[in-house]
Amino acid sequence: MHDPAPLHVPPRRIGAWSLIIGAVAIVAVAFGYVGGWLAPHRLTPKKLVNQLQHDAGTFAGYRRNHAKGVCVVGHFDSSGQAQAYSVAEVFAPGQRTPVVGRFAIPGGNPYAPDSSVPIRSMALRFTLANGQQWRTGMNSMPVFPVATPQAFYAQLQAKQPDPVTGKPDPAKIAAFFAAHPETAAFRAWAKTAKPSASFATESYWGLNAFVFVDAAGQHHPVRWRMVPEASDVGSVANTPGGANYLAADLTERLAHGPQRWQLQVTLAKPGDPTNDATKTWPDDRRTIDAGTLVLERSAPQASGPCRDINYDPLVLPAGIEASDDPLLPARSAAYADSYLRRTSEEAHLPGTAAPKPETSR
Amino acid sequence: MNAAPDRFTLAARALHWLMAVMIVAMLFIGVGMVATVSARHEWLLAIHKPLGIAILLLAVIRLAVRVRHPPPPLPADLPALQKLAALASHWLLYFLMLAMPLIGWAMLSAGGYPVMLGDALRLPPIFPTSPVAFAVLRHLHGAFAMLLFLTFLAHMGAALYHGLIRRDGVFASMLPAASRSIDGDREEVDADKADRPSAARQND
Ligand code: HEM
Ligand code: HEM
Repeated sequence: MHDPAPLHVPPRRIGAWSLIIGAVAIVAVAFGYVGGWLAPHRLTPKKLVNQLQHDAGTFAGYRRNHAKGVCVVGHFDSSGQAQAYSVAEVFAPGQRTPVVGRFAIPGGNPYAPDSSVPIRSMALRFTLANGQQWRTGMNSMPVFPVATPQAFYAQLQAKQPDPVTGKPDPAKIAAFFAAHPETAAFRAWAKTAKPSASFATESYWGLNAFVFVDAAGQHHPVRWRMVPEASDVGSVANTPGGANYLAADLTERLAHGPQRWQLQVTLAKPGDPTNDATKTWPDDRRTIDAGTLVLERSAPQASGPCRDINYDPLVLPAGIEASDDPLLPARSAAYADSYLRRTSEEAHLPGTAAPKPETSR
Repeated sequence: MNAAPDRFTLAARALHWLMAVMIVAMLFIGVGMVATVSARHEWLLAIHKPLGIAILLLAVIRLAVRVRHPPPPLPADLPALQKLAALASHWLLYFLMLAMPLIGWAMLSAGGYPVMLGDALRLPPIFPTSPVAFAVLRHLHGAFAMLLFLTFLAHMGAALYHGLIRRDGVFASMLPAASRSIDGDREEVDADKADRPSAARQND
């Protein structure tokens, strides 16, 4: 070997060093790929939540979606009828389970007027006696516009305000709907939907399918919704100009007594889609009345007990499981990211958004 | 010749390799699950929590084994700086394998989540609910995970350096008795070895 270098490195050690460096590099690159840093096209929870912020702005301490809302407290009285399908303790006959909930309107702007969207939402956390929890977030519409997180992301991108006009570009929204025919059922609903005057008069659909597990271990795909007892049209809403009439209406109603909903659980038949929230199930499906939700009081979200709850739809008790609906893991992942952002802001951690003065109210 | 042990006890070696696989798997599962919105997020998290608690239990046992059976000494000719690096990184690894699962458990407690290890198995909270504590602990869980990964990379690189370059028996001390030829095999004489001072440890 002709090696003029005074520092002679035997070829065997070059091989050994390459092996060591190669091994470390392979592990590091694999880690970078799995962690998404080397896979920039993967849809991540971060991207979804960033896009929510691009659409609505960043409001420190608030939820990145359904930012405007109000806390409610009450309980759920089980009828016992769902017990044959799910072993969850919340469905035992005569069982009363405490509930901390939240009404809200969709969108990331906590100052949006209540009339800006026709949709209202109800989120609930049931704290079971055995320490398990059931969390659910429901919307006041019978179908969701999209079936996949990718389509949801595309929809958010289409709705991003144009930097020049400050408003979403109608052409982009039209292009999104044209490319996504699965949105048809939702659009048909939205055409006739009007912003309701009250949270209390709305039905709230779980939209995503779940699976009940009975005592024999049998699985029953289900969807649920909350159907209100109150049916009158609120009076406050007809006052024009009020931007925050929903919370006022709720306080007024609760001052006169608790508000009630029936939890209706629909059982799927084989073949009913469990992975597509844009499709309803046929009307003749068996529906059971699982019990009554009783809401007794409300509290502002800034100081109420719902503020620091992440209504992650995959926080489930034994007896309720996730279905194969692809929206569910995406919601769970995105809500966790949103929750980390807003709690980090509450903690004033460095690098987080600073709270804005509350003048825009 | 057998004054000092030339390898870790069987229990220590078994725990080392079992936990090495578990911890590296946890690091990949962790960064993988928070970087996806697919069903992977859900089932990886379902593995993450019980596997993390299993690591916590094993780490406690391992520490007890470590205290009862001190490891074989490092080669006497190892430069002081490398010795210090070895010692510091080993204690850092012990600290992190205990701290990571405890932080994971505490942050879920602080966030008000039920700490579910399966469909029905629930651990009690170990921290009062607090959004501020949740945020701090959640960031700590991520930062310590990165520190653990970097320490693991350095540890793996150093182990290979001992096994392939220094060939001083340090790597073999963590291997089964039968697989000694990977490292510190005295029968294999070559120029590479000749230019290194021989290890003080008695390997044969
Ligand atoms: C992939 C699709 C979806 C994404 C990315 C998404 C994203 C989000 C985010 C980031 C939040 C704020 C969470 C927090 O900080 O606590 C939120 C809240 C909410 N979402 Fe979704 N969402 C999706 C689908 C749905 C669906 C299908 C429903 C209805 C069934 C729904 C109902 C709700 C409700 C009710 C809330 C408010 C919860 C509360 O009051 O705290 N979302 N969403
Ligand atoms: C050796 C033990 C553990 C290791 C190495 C580990 C590692 C990780 C890593 C790398 C992440 C991603 C961090 C990020 O990118 O921000 C993570 C997240 C997480 N870990 Fe762990 N972890 C361990 C134990 C635990 C335990 C015992 C629990 C709970 C009981 C837990 C619960 C979580 C949760 C809930 C997340 C965040 C999920 C999300 O935000 O969607 N971890 N972990």
